[in-house]
Amino acid sequence: MRMPFRLNLTLGLALVSLVILGAVFAPLLTPHDPILDADLMNSEMPPSWDHWFGTDSQGRDVFARVLYGARVSLTIGIVAQAINSTIGIALGLSAGYWGGWWDDVVNGLTNLMLAIPSLVFALAIMAVLGPGVPSLLIALGLTNWSWSCRITRSAVMSLKSQGYVQAARTLGYGDIRIMLTQLLPNIVGPVLVMATLGIGEAVLAEAALSFLGLGIRPPAPSWGNMLTDAREAIRSVPWATIFPGLAVFVTVLGFNLLGDGMRDWLDPRMQVRA
Amino acid sequence: MSGPLLDIRGLTIGIPNRSGPPVQIVRDLSFDILPGEIFGLVGESGSGKSASALALMGLNRRPLTTLRGQALYGGQDLLAMSRRSMRKLRGDRISMIFQEPMSALNPLARIGRQIAEMFVLHRGLSWSEAGPKAVEALAAVQVPDPEGRARAYPHQLSGGLRQRVMIAMAMACGPDLLIADEPTTALDVTVQAEVLRLIRGLCERQGTAVLLISHDLGVIAQMCQRVGVMANGRLLELRDAKALFTDPRHPYTQGLLAALPRLGSRATEGRHRLADLDMAIDRDAPDFAATYLCPRGEAA
Repeated sequence: MRMPFRLNLTLGLALVSLVILGAVFAPLLTPHDPILDADLMNSEMPPSWDHWFGTDSQGRDVFARVLYGARVSLTIGIVAQAINSTIGIALGLSAGYWGGWWDDVVNGLTNLMLAIPSLVFALAIMAVLGPGVPSLLIALGLTNWSWSCRITRSAVMSLKSQGYVQAARTLGYGDIRIMLTQLLPNIVGPVLVMATLGIGEAVLAEAALSFLGLGIRPPAPSWGNMLTDAREAIRSVPWATIFPGLAVFVTVLGFNLLGDGMRDWLDPRMQVRA
Repeated sequence: MSGPLLDIRGLTIGIPNRSGPPVQIVRDLSFDILPGEIFGLVGESGSGKSASALALMGLNRRPLTTLRGQALYGGQDLLAMSRRSMRKLRGDRISMIFQEPMSALNPLARIGRQIAEMFVLHRGLSWSEAGPKAVEALAAVQVPDPEGRARAYPHQLSGGLRQRVMIAMAMACGPDLLIADEPTTALDVTVQAEVLRLIRGLCERQGTAVLLISHDLGVIAQMCQRVGVMANGRLLELRDAKALFTDPRHPYTQGLLAALPRLGSRATEGRHRLADLDMAIDRDAPDFAATYLCPRGEAA
């Protein structure tokens, strides 16, 4: 039956679309401003018709902050992963195709990156660069390319002995042209899957860094710093932590399911079995 | 131009060996190809035909290394050329087609685009200029409905059609030399004849010389003006095709021709078997005998 593995894809797509739509249409979905609508008279109110997710300690609407926080998280997640993928694909393509000493260098670098916990590395970069979106993009975009690189490299190594790659060489294609026109289109599947899974990781890492005070600076809303703000009142004002936490959960789960679903969907062996 | 198009002298290819001299795959190979001629290179698998051809293109992969020799093309030595100028020559002045038409085309690009890329690459045309030229090239290799086929993907074409597309790509820029490495081995006999006729016709029209590599004596006899016979990395005999087939000189060639099955003859009666080939060869030919005639396992 097709159902079991289609479920991943469908559910992942639904969750990711939910988050993306929420981020894009945030101003239409809530009348409240995430930063300016601080109303201390109405602070720490439980969820109500007016404040769907309640209000936080400064009386700001949690629903609005979660929505606007999604903009920050998604932007950082997608852009950082785009940087990661670009680095990983470029290194993996060239290393797999050229081999030799360059392959050794790239391999060494990849192993080095895998040996350092990427969150710790990102933390160090943030500590040097200071908080803010640009430093977050650098910290998250430069620390998580190793898997993209590995997958690309191994795919290229198995593809480069294919007849059409050989033929392209005899017809005068340059190395770069071969990589971009003959190899890259043929490895898009696994690379896309890695990128999707990577977005989830980047969102999680951004939340962690912001939670530690090194990511997005308050009062700008980010799921991570919302958790920091509300963690001391976690018993009395649970909604201020539950909802941003839930948002991280849904987003990461969504991207992971989507990535997994795409892997199953793009893998020809899975289709035969289905 | 009166001289040869390509003059190969003393080409030696080997695998470097850390302990001792390199293992030689091709030894001291010398021959020339005249402009517009079809030159055949016959030999069994592993005799060094393809390695020699790839060496001319500068495309042998490690550990195969060109140890010695020259390949003079228009006064330049192909074997000593920079990677960059060699790359410009490939596909433009010297092209190559292979045995496997099924895998030789990029599965994710349309046929027309792949041919058009040759004009973009070597003639500096824009994609919009190259498109119609690609359709012309398809028509030139007698692909029916060239405009429709230009929009097809490789998996939608048969093996014969794909080999035609490969030929169209290789001949797109009107090269001086086409290296055809077993171009029809993977095709069935009727398609094979058509493809060979096509190659010959196109090359005659464009004045392209062909280096035809095959283990099929029938194909060689049908196509070539001159033939070289290779075995064990050496050129054993280089003759006019007609002379070679009527009056072979080297014992190896004699044995090879004697082993050809003839239509209507009894299976083993009156002809030699390839397995008996060493019996038919003059054991006095010193280096050949020493390297080839020893039974397997006994070779030094």
